[in-house]
Amino acid sequence: MIEKRIKIVENILNANDQLALKNNKRIEDANAYSINLMASPGAGKTSFILATINALLDENVQIGVIEGDTAPVTIDSDKISAAGMPAVQVNTGGQCHLDAVMIENALDQLPLGTLNLVIVENVGNLICPAAFKIGTHSNVLISSIPEGDDKPYKYPNIYRGLDVLIINKIDLLPYLDFDMDYFRKGVEMLNPGLKTFAVSCKTNAGIEDWLSWLRMKIPQK
Amino acid sequence: MHELSVTESVLEIACKHAEKARAKKVTDIHLVIGRLSSIVDDSVQFYWNVISKDTICEDANLHFKREPAKLICLDCQTEYILEDELMPCPNCSSSRVRVLSGDEFNLESIEIER
Repeated sequence: MIEKRIKIVENILNANDQLALKNNKRIEDANAYSINLMASPGAGKTSFILATINALLDENVQIGVIEGDTAPVTIDSDKISAAGMPAVQVNTGGQCHLDAVMIENALDQLPLGTLNLVIVENVGNLICPAAFKIGTHSNVLISSIPEGDDKPYKYPNIYRGLDVLIINKIDLLPYLDFDMDYFRKGVEMLNPGLKTFAVSCKTNAGIEDWLSWLRMKIPQK
Repeated sequence: MHELSVTESVLEIACKHAEKARAKKVTDIHLVIGRLSSIVDDSVQFYWNVISKDTICEDANLHFKREPAKLICLDCQTEYILEDELMPCPNCSSSRVRVLSGDEFNLESIEIER
């Protein structure tokens, strides 16, 4: 019996990360931009996607949506299809996040060549989606006013990896005790200078600012 | 949390390298986890006992080594170790800080018998 120690030093999620890179290349080759949209359940992810689709309807922007849910339902993808855009529903079978394999399969079902933008609606969760790369260009988090102003302090990791933060449901600010300064101070400590848009999908307030950012990212076909 | 997918990846990587080294058995697995890559050790160990059964890694001991998170202040360049979840610069109290390290999530080494 010979005992031996073998040095490896491999990232545990390396297989996932490699596949995420492949997904990203596929989206790049199709000349499309892609977003990993994360949030807690009920923050308004689907409403935000619908608001984005509706606002860009006249601009000839083709948006494909991948909807991640832990239960076998098609509630969200039905809403996207009804808005006239291709949607794929991914059922994670109880798993708390989407991973690169699921996105690879979902991309097969989208007309990638015709799309300008791919939006992935991740599973509603502020912990697990932060750890798994899926291959999108940017990480966007929606934080909504009713969730409270302490979320950056309680879920710091998801804020650290963000490219854009959306603060949704600002129409509710007059009715709730949400301290915007306290919230933003927490965000600033985790992600200095983070691009942030305060919006309401109900009143459409702030959506135009978000679109101005998004239009710059979407490549022309 | 996602400990099951993490544990499956650990098993996959360990088996791959053990086979390459023509091991008869894997006795120990050393993981290095940064403070910002939180996983629950007990939960990984629980899944490990289930999924490593009947593999070359069965009964291998898992060792978790924690690494602290290191930050740098963007205003005064002080480097410091993160002690609370959100911690401003201990030198100038600025909250404009950046993470230097602490998100390690590595399978560092395995010990095998041949």
